[in-house]
Amino acid sequence: MNSEHFVFPFNLGLYFILIYSVVRSTIWFRNLSRSDKLRLQRGFFGLPFMQSIREIFMESLLHRRIFKRNPVLGYMHMSLAFGWFLLIVFGTIEADFFSARHLNPPSHSIFFRWYNPEHGASGFPAVFSFWMDLLLAFILSGLLLAMVKRFIPGMMGMKKTTKHTWTDRITLLSLWLIFPSRLMAESFTCGAHGSGSFLTGSLGATLASVLPAADIAPYFWWLYSLALGTFFILLPVSRYFHIPVELFLIFMRNSGIRTGDKSSSYTEVQTNACSSCGICISTCQMSYAAGINDIQSAYFVKGLRNERDIAAITANCLMCGRCEEVCPVGIELGPMRLIERRQDRKNFEPLTFPEGYALTRKRGFMERPTTQSYNYLVNDNPVVQADVLFFAGCMTHLTPSIIVAMKKIMNSAGVRYHFMDEEGGVCCGRPLMLAGRDKEARELINHNSDLIWKSGAKILVTSCPICYKVFNESYYLETRVMHHSEFINLLIEEGSLRLGYLHRKVVYHDPCELGRGSGIYEEPRAVINYVADLQKSQHEKNMALCCGGSLGNLTLASGKRSMIAADAARSLTASSPDELITACPLCKKTLGQATETKVTDIAELVAAALPTTPAKAKARIKKVLAKTENNG
Amino acid sequence: MSETLEKKFGFTINPSRLIDYDTSDRKVREYVTLKEPSFKLCFACGGCTATCTAGQHISFNLRRMNNLIRRGEIAPLREEVTRCMLCGKCLLVCPRGVNTRNVVAVAAEAIRKLERNEL
Repeated sequence: MNSEHFVFPFNLGLYFILIYSVVRSTIWFRNLSRSDKLRLQRGFFGLPFMQSIREIFMESLLHRRIFKRNPVLGYMHMSLAFGWFLLIVFGTIEADFFSARHLNPPSHSIFFRWYNPEHGASGFPAVFSFWMDLLLAFILSGLLLAMVKRFIPGMMGMKKTTKHTWTDRITLLSLWLIFPSRLMAESFTCGAHGSGSFLTGSLGATLASVLPAADIAPYFWWLYSLALGTFFILLPVSRYFHIPVELFLIFMRNSGIRTGDKSSSYTEVQTNACSSCGICISTCQMSYAAGINDIQSAYFVKGLRNERDIAAITANCLMCGRCEEVCPVGIELGPMRLIERRQDRKNFEPLTFPEGYALTRKRGFMERPTTQSYNYLVNDNPVVQADVLFFAGCMTHLTPSIIVAMKKIMNSAGVRYHFMDEEGGVCCGRPLMLAGRDKEARELINHNSDLIWKSGAKILVTSCPICYKVFNESYYLETRVMHHSEFINLLIEEGSLRLGYLHRKVVYHDPCELGRGSGIYEEPRAVINYVADLQKSQHEKNMALCCGGSLGNLTLASGKRSMIAADAARSLTASSPDELITACPLCKKTLGQATETKVTDIAELVAAALPTTPAKAKARIKKVLAKTENNG
Repeated sequence: MSETLEKKFGFTINPSRLIDYDTSDRKVREYVTLKEPSFKLCFACGGCTATCTAGQHISFNLRRMNNLIRRGEIAPLREEVTRCMLCGKCLLVCPRGVNTRNVVAVAAEAIRKLERNEL
């Protein structure tokens, strides 16, 4: 056996993956829209390039975001990524420094110990050998953790790990084999030649004392090379393709490219940049509160990549956005799911194994034919001019107490308003959009926009975060759109609202569409702090829980919804507050059914803090006086 | 058909209770029950209809739609499913926990599939 031949699998794999990555990236770049191409070109010669380098170092190598989540999980990822990176860098330096020739082929540094078995016996080379052994030990420690995580995910703060496809499993196996086989190969070679540092040297000496080290070493070098080669060749059809793709994604994102509302090569890059780490799975409330473990973003993206029929997965999501907040790669999972919901396809042909290497994908954009039509809507009501428009929204009509409270507040502040949908309005269009029916939603948007434009209003107040998000993002209005919590905050700041202080301990629940969806966190808190004693809860702001009632999910059964609601309510009322405050009629309804604690809308809380009117106060004093007279 | 019945026997059958087996198509019902099993839970209380946003503008009636699906009357159903705004109010008032929004969405899908001969 000519042992020098073992470099062949490694070389084959390495050059294959290098060429493949470059070709694939070029195709992605070519398929970008013109404006995105310009963004990328401008980014390359500007600040975004430097930002990307920094982000690649912090996230792809050090895995800072995962560290923040769980230190052990972060260490595991860092040791493998950063450790391997350092091993390659210092391996190259070592090979360049201590070889006769400079600019060696990559295989020379990877199999350095084989070519220089006597290296590192004393002096500076010994220090270098020590350093290389330390790096290998660093990686092996991470590998050990990774193996433990497969079997005991709870140890690293993970509730669940991702279920993988068979190509992923083989690739994982080859990745796991790389470093132990390197350790064994180096140890045997060092053992045979009496070299090596604390790890390879001592292990090698021990092995050499009982085994014919010089004869065994080539087998392990073969194993090492084969593991590397297999890993590189399977990379494009496994989840580990995220390693090269993520670099491209970071650069694209820093250049200002966003997902938008159509599938593009950016969505394809995001699909391939997913590492299936499973952090989205353990964050998902549908997983830990309702026991649904096959619809999470990791599986959605995996199905997208392998062109599986994922219609059921796509529809079955609350669209709460918690997974997007924790995704270490920063994939825009919400918009990607919405894009998929807009499509309508039949006859799926799942990608078979060799098709995974295809440079372009079959999965194209196929628009769903319109199913709804609202030509029956007519604007024949007389136009009412007003400065402030109040749009309650469908859901608020189911919680009339919020409407009563809003009327009370606005009357008390002397706001001249027009109640737009008092006699029943038209849906804002957001639920249709969440169901992937954007065209139909446009009809409703046009209808409502017409009413708003004609009123000439300066401010449009809505008490439903679902409406708020769509008014803000999808309507073309010159009117300032405000959620009622923002509006009440404005009234308080202006001084037009006189409020008492309620001695109640309350907890605030961030509605998904208002918090993560629209970034409104501070205004509701300011209002609540003004009238009551606001306490902290377990999940705040961008990590707030979903109440489970979300209209984002079309297919979730009501029993599962109740399970999510009960879990969220339990977490929110852990500190046993007097009241649970929300700013969304849908959350109020859903949470109200799930907890004994009183669930109040922010408007109701503020209305309760309004001073009682003089007439009412007089009547009450009369009653009390009459009572005391009777007693006397 | 009802006209001939009247002529022959001289009494009338309430047209809304008439199920015409010649035009009845159970495929949609089967598809809807398969994709959204909670459809079977409906006991036709009409809460959804009372609260419906679209129903305030036209005579859209989710309860009637459920009947049409059950009876397999596809022609009127085709018109009926297009009117829903999917706002989800009916979902919240339903005492039986029927996933009403999805019933509409699945029914629309079923009709589309029927037209493509995929059912």
